[in-house]
Amino acid sequence: MTAPEIDRRPSADPEPLPAPPSARTVLSGLKRHPIGVAGLGLLLLIVAFCYLGPVLWSTNQTDVNLLDAALPPGPGHPFGTDTNGFDVLGRLMGGGQVSLQIGLLAAVFATVVGTLYGAVAGLAGGVVDGFMMRLVDVLLSVPFLFVVLILSARFHANAWSLALVIGGFSWLISARLVRGEVLTLRVREYVLAARVMGASRRRIVFTHLIPNCLGVIIVNITFQMADSVLVVAALGFLGFGLSYPTTDWGSQLASGVTYISADYWWLVYPVGGCIILTVLALNLIAESLRDAVARKSD
Amino acid sequence: MIWYALRRIAVSVLVLVGISAAVFFLLHLVSESPGRVVLGQRASLEAVAAFNHEHGFDRPVVVQYLSYLWQLLHGDLGRSYKLNEDVLTVLGQNAGRSAMLSLAGLVVALVVAVPLGMLQAVRRNSLVDRLATGVSYVLYATPTFLLGLLLISVFSQQLDLFPAEASQSHSPWVVFTDPRSMALPVLTIAATSVAVFSQYQRSAAVDQLGQDYIRVARAKGLPERLVLSRHLLRNACLPLITLVGTMIPTLLAGSLVVEALFNYPGLGLLFLNSLQREDYPVLLAYTLIGGVFTVLGNFIADIAVAFADRRIELAK
Repeated sequence: MTAPEIDRRPSADPEPLPAPPSARTVLSGLKRHPIGVAGLGLLLLIVAFCYLGPVLWSTNQTDVNLLDAALPPGPGHPFGTDTNGFDVLGRLMGGGQVSLQIGLLAAVFATVVGTLYGAVAGLAGGVVDGFMMRLVDVLLSVPFLFVVLILSARFHANAWSLALVIGGFSWLISARLVRGEVLTLRVREYVLAARVMGASRRRIVFTHLIPNCLGVIIVNITFQMADSVLVVAALGFLGFGLSYPTTDWGSQLASGVTYISADYWWLVYPVGGCIILTVLALNLIAESLRDAVARKSD
Repeated sequence: MIWYALRRIAVSVLVLVGISAAVFFLLHLVSESPGRVVLGQRASLEAVAAFNHEHGFDRPVVVQYLSYLWQLLHGDLGRSYKLNEDVLTVLGQNAGRSAMLSLAGLVVALVVAVPLGMLQAVRRNSLVDRLATGVSYVLYATPTFLLGLLLISVFSQQLDLFPAEASQSHSPWVVFTDPRSMALPVLTIAATSVAVFSQYQRSAAVDQLGQDYIRVARAKGLPERLVLSRHLLRNACLPLITLVGTMIPTLLAGSLVVEALFNYPGLGLLFLNSLQREDYPVLLAYTLIGGVFTVLGNFIADIAVAFADRRIELAK
């Protein structure tokens, strides 16, 4: 991890190339963006709500209680109850955990696969690169939502499989981004130096290329997490989300909206607000990070 | 120009063959015995095997794929056993309506987003700019179906301005003949796109405003109106052209949700119904056509940008 810090700019070079943004500079760049900090704060609040919330507000989320079904917000149930008699506030916390986990898992999966793929393609170059990237073109051209729908119609969806399927189609963008980044990095002096010294390809990829792409990777992971949360919500609405008793915000919203004409507004607006705020927070963070990366490499 | 186009066409054809293979093998993975799906759960093993043999579903996958490809080359997309109709006919009946809905949404979005993005760029960091940016972020973070439902709840249930269901007419021109019933679906599609388009247009225009040619145009005394319309607009639209091209499949996927929400009989609703019916030939053809649209969109975007931006090296 330390090698690139040292060889980054040989003094003989009259016009040193800009240093690629490292993870640390990107994270510290976030400080200069009040909107990004606001997004981060919002996200932390949401995470605390979902994971610490159940400790403070413990509710029964397993037994259907039709006597208490669809109660409007009131004492005992600040956000009312849903049509199965579950407390909506407690359900928001539990569903939020699942939604955040799917989003994070899909984003991490997509980023790891995409980064490795892109780094290998970019470093290999030539015919191998051409073939690998045409494959990405092909998969990118297959409409993603359709394939996810086909798969989840056939196979029983749980949080893990949903995250894998979404991640399995989202790595393509990260692969493209990282490859583009590697193409500019591979001709840098420190990579050439490592090659001359006989470093293996694996060593070059893991100690030189990937650490220097981290800025781009972190930005991408944040955007992908936001998108995954939205995709899960859309799947829930189309009827291919998670099945009982697991619940996520998408399925909750999807079942809530069927009662929108019955004026059960508390089944729609709180969970809708949760989704919007989470995606908004993630996008704000990603946007500020991207700005920090761009500023660093200018 | 011609060589550039030919090269792009050759790559596009290769990509299309790849897509057809990817989708075909995926569907084969999901449904290995079409006979079981067509004849039902109660059919005997022999009957299922006989059906599969008769229609060639017991051959190796690669052979099946090659014969499918051969069919495709003859314009035959297969047959829907569930609807007992040619897939091409079924798709053709719905394609026009989906295309018109997406197109109407796209046009409305562009008509709003391009001037809005330009205004935001020219009045950078003003109240209008910040407000528009904020609204875009919130719109972008809103799930499409929630947005549509909020529109229904406000414009249909409370104000009673527009019906909650889209027109059920089978004419593709329904956007023009029955604009009232199509207002909400078009608005839903347009709203999410406006959020993305206007931010794109804004940042492209901001980039261009700092360029030398703008300074020259201003320095030679050109009225600001002409600087913006003659110089800035054309160059600031380039990234948006590419984006619109790459968004064509997203528009189709977006209309999947919108068509389901407003019960609009287009390709998206057909896809969902076929999914429930396990009508794999239709699903296969539909996903394939989605891929064709994507490739076509990218191709058109590349050519359009090459036309709009003469600096692109075409002979490459």
